[in-house]
Amino acid sequence: MSEVKRRSATKMVPAPSQGIIPERDLYSAPVLETRHLGIEFGGLKAVEDFNLIIGKTEIAGLIGPNGAGKTTVFNLLTKVYQPTMGTVLLNGRDTAGMNTVQASKLGIARTFQNIRLFGNMTVEDNVRIGLHNQVRYGMFTGIFRLPGYWKQEKAQHERALELLSIFDMQDMAGYRAGSLPYGAQRRLEIVRALATNPSLLLLDEPAAGMNPHETEELMNNIIKIRDRFQIAIMLIEHDMNLVMGICEGICVLNYGRIIAKGTAEDIQNNPVVIEAYLGKKKEG
Amino acid sequence: MKLKKSTVNALISYGIVIVAFIVCQSMISAKAMPRTLKGQMIPICVYIVMAVSLNLVVGISGELSLGHAGFMSIGAFSGAIASTYLLNALGLESEVARLIISIVAGGVTAGVFGVLIGIPVLRLRGDYLAIVTLAFGEIIRNVVNCLYFSVDGMRLNVSFNNPNVAGTIILNGPAGTKGIKAISTFPMGFALILFTLFVVLNLINSRSGRAIMAARDNRIAAEAMGINVTKYKMMAFVTSAVLAGMAGALYGLNFSTFTAAKFKFDTSILVLVFVVLGGIGNIWGSIIAAALLTVLPELLRAFADYRMLIYAIVLILVMLATNNPMLRSVFERLPRALRRKAPGAEAKGGAAQ
Repeated sequence: MSEVKRRSATKMVPAPSQGIIPERDLYSAPVLETRHLGIEFGGLKAVEDFNLIIGKTEIAGLIGPNGAGKTTVFNLLTKVYQPTMGTVLLNGRDTAGMNTVQASKLGIARTFQNIRLFGNMTVEDNVRIGLHNQVRYGMFTGIFRLPGYWKQEKAQHERALELLSIFDMQDMAGYRAGSLPYGAQRRLEIVRALATNPSLLLLDEPAAGMNPHETEELMNNIIKIRDRFQIAIMLIEHDMNLVMGICEGICVLNYGRIIAKGTAEDIQNNPVVIEAYLGKKKEG
Repeated sequence: MKLKKSTVNALISYGIVIVAFIVCQSMISAKAMPRTLKGQMIPICVYIVMAVSLNLVVGISGELSLGHAGFMSIGAFSGAIASTYLLNALGLESEVARLIISIVAGGVTAGVFGVLIGIPVLRLRGDYLAIVTLAFGEIIRNVVNCLYFSVDGMRLNVSFNNPNVAGTIILNGPAGTKGIKAISTFPMGFALILFTLFVVLNLINSRSGRAIMAARDNRIAAEAMGINVTKYKMMAFVTSAVLAGMAGALYGLNFSTFTAAKFKFDTSILVLVFVVLGGIGNIWGSIIAAALLTVLPELLRAFADYRMLIYAIVLILVMLATNNPMLRSVFERLPRALRRKAPGAEAKGGAAQ
């Protein structure tokens, strides 16, 4: 990273934390709290008794074998599915009965496992969609180009470029999002999610399809994002280097149930987790 | 000042429409235009507005609507009623003022129906939405067939299925409108095209337009970004209905009498053909396709019975031509070559490639 870029990136950091895991009181006012969360699909309990607290500015990992229900948890938190059991509290507010849009306004943003960009729109427009609810001008101001339009469009443009600069993507602003390489599309999804000004960011397999070098860069960026925006991040990931490297708390899911919670070290030495991933050691 | 690419494109669009209008108008003044073509000028304007407004729903919002003629019909009849009422009851003599008020009335009425129809229709997706809009188009036509309007002094009388309304009949059920003064003019049609382009292009390049396109490209992601998808689909649908109603009013006031049968399912399909042939989501394509395909049947009158056969062949040829990779690349290079001449737009245009 060149010196110029580094300076422009650090300029906007409000209060850089010292280490990767600074000493903080995480749980006095949690961003997310779930109580006995669960969902049934016609008798099949996809997720059951899911209890989790995520503190402000915490980076949490959600891992588990394929089909464990990790993405279902994300869908429950973002209200794509309505839970059949339990409650979700976002910033202390019960989200019962809310839809995806309302949950987003409460401060939850996500990326998708299979990238869901607006492929026919430009990179900048994708970020502007994320800024949608922070820009306040109506349809008539837009059509008749009243003064509010020009002012807010300009602010939006600047904000979009500022957000894109996190990943050094400001030069790609005019490209069609669908034409970007895979890694850049994943990064753009994160930028777009950040644009909604969330307090909790959910990343669904952010490192999927990335090479070790890109993954390392992503790890640094996730920490950078947390420090700069002071938000909590929860991620699903199969790349254990990434999960063990940056997650302060890890939660392991198997068959829709939490089988272990704790720090990276706790998880690595937990026999139940090892069994879930590698199977039981044959006796004798 | 450095202009945005979209602004430059919009200005070019307005420029081309204005030039086309000036050419046509001077041909009319110089009596250089064939009489049959002259009579087609207002319908061409109407169908251009219809095609561009339908493109807002089909191309920009991504929902297939097959009932667009219904909104045209609502606009035509409310425009005709408004115009006659203004003349007979309020004594407004100025034709231009009456035409403008009638067009606005047509647009507003169609917009109200757009909201009413949009509420149930936009809960559906894909094929189901197409089927239900088709049904609504037919319902509107059949309801208008049973409506009787008359003006009696200052009063506007309405009756359903009962031809005995007091006063001067304006709308006579299945026999259509009666005693309407044909006041539509080509310059007003041109103004309506400009207005439509202004609304649609500005809408696309605004916060609401981006939300509409985001909902089209990926509904789930748009909702996760906090976009109320139904609201923005509704916005596109109602805007489109308003514009279609305005076009309808202009169309209706081009005739002294017309019936609801003019706004059949065929008309909806015809407008959809313009949109599809011009390229879904491509505003310019809609304009060109609407203009050419409205003129074509008239030009083919010489072929008498084989007219529709040749019309169909032309449609097929156009589709083949627009799908030809060589021709396509020529068309794609054309705007870029034009843009290169405009400084300022060049830098951004280059970066987009």
